[in-house]
Amino acid sequence: MYDIIIIGAGVTGSAVARELSRYNANICVLEKCEDVCEGTSKANSAIVHAGFDATNGSLMAKMNVRGNELMGKLAEDLDIPFKRNGAMVVCIHKEAIDGLKTLYDRGIANGVKELKILDREEALKLEPNLSKNVEGALYAPTSGIICPFMLNIAMAENAAENGVDFHFNTKVEDIYSDDEGIWHLRTNNGEYKTRYVVNAAGVYSDVIHNMVSENKISITPRRGDYCLLDKEVGGLVSHTIFPQPTNLGKGVLVSPTIHGNIIVGPTAVDIENKEGNNTTAAGIEDLITKANDHVDNLPMRKVITSFAGLRAHEASHEFIIKEVEDAPHFIDCAGIESPGLTSCPAIGEMVGEMLKEKMNLEEKKNWISKRKGILNPTEMSVEERNELIKKEPAYGQIICRCESISEGEILDAIHRPLGARSLDGVKRRTRAGMGRCQGGFCSPRVMEILHRELNLPLEEITKSGGRSNIVLERTKGTNGGETA
Amino acid sequence: MERKDLTCIGCPMGCTVTVEFEGEEVLEVSGNTCAIGDQYARNEVFHPERTITSTVTVDGGDKPRCSVKTAGNIPKDKIYECMKLIDATRVKAPVKIGDVVIKNVLGTGVDVVATKNVS
Amino acid sequence: MTSYDIVIVGGGPAGLAAAVSARKAGIDKILILERDKELGGILNQCIHNGFGLHTFKEELTGPEYASRYIDQVLEEKIEYRLNTMVMDISNDRVVTAMSKEEGMYQIKAGAVILAMGCRERPRGALNIPGYRPAGIFSAGTAQRLVNMEGYMPGREVVILGSGDIGLIMARRMTLEGAKVKVVAELLPYSGGLKRNIVQCLDDYGIPLKLSHTVVDIEGKEHITAVTIAQVDSNNLPIPGTEERYTCDTLLLSCGLIPENELSNKAGVEMNPITSGPRVDDSLETNIPGVFACGNVLHVHDLVDYVSEEAALAGANAAKYVKNGGKEEKGSHIVEVKATDGARYTVPSTIDVDNMEDLLTVRFRVGYVFKDAFVSVYFDDERVQHLKKRILAPGEMEQVILQKAKLLEAKDLKTITIKIEAE
Repeated sequence: MYDIIIIGAGVTGSAVARELSRYNANICVLEKCEDVCEGTSKANSAIVHAGFDATNGSLMAKMNVRGNELMGKLAEDLDIPFKRNGAMVVCIHKEAIDGLKTLYDRGIANGVKELKILDREEALKLEPNLSKNVEGALYAPTSGIICPFMLNIAMAENAAENGVDFHFNTKVEDIYSDDEGIWHLRTNNGEYKTRYVVNAAGVYSDVIHNMVSENKISITPRRGDYCLLDKEVGGLVSHTIFPQPTNLGKGVLVSPTIHGNIIVGPTAVDIENKEGNNTTAAGIEDLITKANDHVDNLPMRKVITSFAGLRAHEASHEFIIKEVEDAPHFIDCAGIESPGLTSCPAIGEMVGEMLKEKMNLEEKKNWISKRKGILNPTEMSVEERNELIKKEPAYGQIICRCESISEGEILDAIHRPLGARSLDGVKRRTRAGMGRCQGGFCSPRVMEILHRELNLPLEEITKSGGRSNIVLERTKGTNGGETA
Repeated sequence: MERKDLTCIGCPMGCTVTVEFEGEEVLEVSGNTCAIGDQYARNEVFHPERTITSTVTVDGGDKPRCSVKTAGNIPKDKIYECMKLIDATRVKAPVKIGDVVIKNVLGTGVDVVATKNVS
Repeated sequence: MTSYDIVIVGGGPAGLAAAVSARKAGIDKILILERDKELGGILNQCIHNGFGLHTFKEELTGPEYASRYIDQVLEEKIEYRLNTMVMDISNDRVVTAMSKEEGMYQIKAGAVILAMGCRERPRGALNIPGYRPAGIFSAGTAQRLVNMEGYMPGREVVILGSGDIGLIMARRMTLEGAKVKVVAELLPYSGGLKRNIVQCLDDYGIPLKLSHTVVDIEGKEHITAVTIAQVDSNNLPIPGTEERYTCDTLLLSCGLIPENELSNKAGVEMNPITSGPRVDDSLETNIPGVFACGNVLHVHDLVDYVSEEAALAGANAAKYVKNGGKEEKGSHIVEVKATDGARYTVPSTIDVDNMEDLLTVRFRVGYVFKDAFVSVYFDDERVQHLKKRILAPGEMEQVILQKAKLLEAKDLKTITIKIEAE
């Protein structure tokens, strides 16, 4: 029996797991996919928002500003890159210029620091590729960019290192409590028992919630299409460029990513299918048109990939982070849409403190707060790199030529806690396959490494678990023919 | 009289060449724009032939497969039969380019030979 | 830092031919750096035949063609290093390489020959809507898996793009037991060679749908179906023309892109049309002593021409080295331009005083032309007028220029290649 079970290994579940791993408690994370970071967490804008957007006094506003504050230290502790590149909300219609002031006031009330309204010249000076129609901009220097994969993976790894169990490919199908108030979670991998449950199931958080409560909630998957541009044009903008927000959200942004690409997106379309993360021609067209309103010279010929993500939208557009009224010891983290990535450290902190109090948790003496990331040899001097290669020759063999990722990094990704078991798992941990050839060159090589290291037949190597096998069978039939 | 439409591969034009024939005798070739088309059609209409390439399984080599080809053209209608034989063939390393993998495949007088060195 | 007379980046057909040619021109210290575990490059996975008709007057498979050159490299005792990735080339020809055995190291090169080849345009760059499941491969990746590793991606295949690799893979997958349902091509004509359409598609009854593209990909984990639709003259899908094909594999053969990351790092000036370096008639880039050949320079359809071009680059690099690295450029530089249906030329400039007596200028056209003329203009004067029954973007064209004629033309500034109706 567990003390706490967390459902979902996205950024929310992983942040909560890491926070709770400070305490002496028996904790498990159940994840329906084969890896962490498989839902909303893997496909979003990768922005650490400043916090001027959320309604004054909302939990969303509080979590956003607190999450932004915490992110710097967290990224340092987890050894992942994070940069406060600053954001600009750009006004291109004279009649809408007052909107910037509204946003500024909201930000100040939310506690966002260093906000400033820029006139046309100041804005263009900061970002020469802004649309020439720019009338002014709200500038938020505390806004940042981060790699959502690395953040999610690092938090989960750190939690695992501190004793949290992660059970993958485990889908919660039903939940009920017994006479003693113990929660029973029925899954495809048997039944789990626990004293407390944290629901961090993303777009499925309504389904999980509704298993235990009569006060039903509904999460609408709000799909957003994105395009990612080649690093070659990574210098297009250095700040995160937003249009002025509408009731469908923050609009189509254009931003550098922490790894030096340009990201354009998202669109916002409410759909029914919780697995409907397919891109559409209309969506991509729409985001290109919208992005061009605010940024000039957008080189859409340099798109290296497009993808779609699903935000977990709740009708009141507010985070639901609380114990469910008619289900004691069941904590919801529902409706975690943007700024969910930014907020996750704060959500972790909040749920951590909530459970500490409720459960009388004691802090561990030997809690490990820091995690060492996968080495980035490109940041080393030649001497250091050669020292490394001498010790570990695998660091001398480049596997992904676009991102310059060596076999050494891939081996580390496979063998560390919660290691990679699929092409996408390797990709999200090391960036192998994330470059401009999108794995055309390295995927057969990464498959071979996975096959060798995990001792699995090549036919069983997947793109991302489940039935996503990459090759079907050997050529020449199963026995490969008879000897001539 | 019978008619057959063929696409000439003599050049990028890809003329559609029509062959009219009676038994084994060509009566007329039309649609071609040059002599190459005429020649191509006359060969192709009765005895289309192709070179087949594939791979065979290698035991004990530094590679799992060795590429092979028919050393000459074989009748087009024997392609699948030939592939069946190739698929059912295993060779032991080392293999050198030109090594005969299947002798006189399907009685065509053509050997299947290795096209890669495997050590 | 060790030094070599010539460092060749890439041990595929271009690198091998350049090395052999440089050796024959008397260069002693040549080094080929190859990232894969064997020499031969992409030819190792091209197990089909049809290579070498021009060079060896016989029809060879890819591995056989490669071995002809590998044998020469071995005979000539030309040094090569496998499993070695070139990480950087500086503008003063210091090559940084890395391998498991040697770590990261630098080599000073008298001359550098860029022979890195090209790569395939991935799905992401094509903006195909739909899911992103397993089972989608660029045709060349699938070719490597099937022909070298011995694995089948699937049994029911749709192919987008009718480039030669796509056509070749249609036949390969069929022969290896899969069902290829359709090949869809966005353009109104195929980018592949005619013989490949006949022998890879027609022979096996595989339909080729021109002016069609993939408009949806289904399958959350593994691909289950694609929808293709006809496109209009702006390449936009026409509603109502959708056809759905169930499949477990989608292969993409939608163009090749020269792989010029290293060239860019070195500061090599690029031609935006070819995505390869701008070179003069000696195949030298704007950086003295840095030459380019093969698919890294512009994408070829026949390996024979790659070898020919690479041999020229090797010989010219040798000349450069023998000259002690001193540029021997003349004062009369002529620009070579492509207009009116011709898309680009290689080379981009000609050094008239130092050019070969006969110079091959290679180019491609932008559309299909029937019964048109390839014209060469010396400034405003038409000097060549060759009737062509057909010109197609999939087939590289060439014209031959005579040095004597260029010398004769007074104050010649620009040579223009045009496609003319009459």
